[in-house]
Amino acid sequence: MIHLDNVSFSYEKKPLFLGLTMYLQSGHIYGLLGENGVGKTTLLKLLAGLVFPKGGMCKVLEHEPRHRKPSFMSQLYFVADEPHLPHSTAARYADTYGVFYPNFDKSLYLDYLKEFQVPAEQVFSKLSFGQRKKVVISFALATNVPLVLMDEPTNGLDIPSKSTFRRIVAGAMTDERSIVISTHQVRDLDSLIDAVLILHQGKIVYNEDLNALADKATAQPNLENLFQEVIQFH
Amino acid sequence: MNFHNQIPIYLQIAEHIGEQILTQRWKPDDKIPSIRELAVQLEVNPNTVQRTYDFLQTQEVIFTKRGLGYFVAPNGEQNYLNWRKETFIQNELPIFFKQIRLLKMSFEELEKRFYEHENI
Repeated sequence: MIHLDNVSFSYEKKPLFLGLTMYLQSGHIYGLLGENGVGKTTLLKLLAGLVFPKGGMCKVLEHEPRHRKPSFMSQLYFVADEPHLPHSTAARYADTYGVFYPNFDKSLYLDYLKEFQVPAEQVFSKLSFGQRKKVVISFALATNVPLVLMDEPTNGLDIPSKSTFRRIVAGAMTDERSIVISTHQVRDLDSLIDAVLILHQGKIVYNEDLNALADKATAQPNLENLFQEVIQFH
Repeated sequence: MNFHNQIPIYLQIAEHIGEQILTQRWKPDDKIPSIRELAVQLEVNPNTVQRTYDFLQTQEVIFTKRGLGYFVAPNGEQNYLNWRKETFIQNELPIFFKQIRLLKMSFEELEKRFYEHENI
């Protein structure tokens, strides 16, 4: 589904990624972990074709993201940390933007909004940060695209909404789909994530299936400890 | 459901299912929730519930009918007890034994407390 090989990237003269290689399969919820400023958001933007690599190979859903072909853009959705929404309502938004995604399911979108208790007829400017974020998350999952990228999705969500988020994502998973979630709040998501990616010093230094790991160990891996150990070791 | 890190989540889910069977909430040949339904209910990754169901199938606690879903096995309760007793003896009893030795508790005292507890 995603194959990055020896990718390099820098902002002006500051190199961020150097020889970054990773391989992601469909049917998993990947948790992308890393320290502040390590480039988690940039990596998601690279996959979405919002920034371009300086070198190496970047293949996502059989496409090179930098070409930004419509056939590629209609197969993935990027949920940014800050929700950017036009002057509209959640209900009208679906009619305007749903058409870009061939498998968009409007009734599913409205169900998600109801579960999140977001009023569909309210103008976005009257909604809180958390509520706007819930609109974007609902829309992303209702597009039924094979790849959903989420940057800190639980940021700004209250405790009951985090629970709703886990329920909705668990129900939206299929074998044909992958979700990559960058997060600092591993405790919000540790029952949801089944594969862990750790970005450290410009590379993916860890990429493991948690269920395979739980099989070998007698305990459930604690993601916070795992993260500390991995970055100390490297 | 709140998960802890002492044992893998897929086994914690297995214990959750086992409790439904032991308390007769789910009886032999009853249909149990689908993988997706249980994943949503417990807010966990469906792949993890899949692991639980695979595991419980090899223990013959549940079985699958193609296209119809998962059901409690005819001997599901006994098979679950066999597995759970074994893990209890291996993992939890040694910790309990260590505590009663440290606290110098006698078997008589334990017995008395056990019956008090049963009467609640």
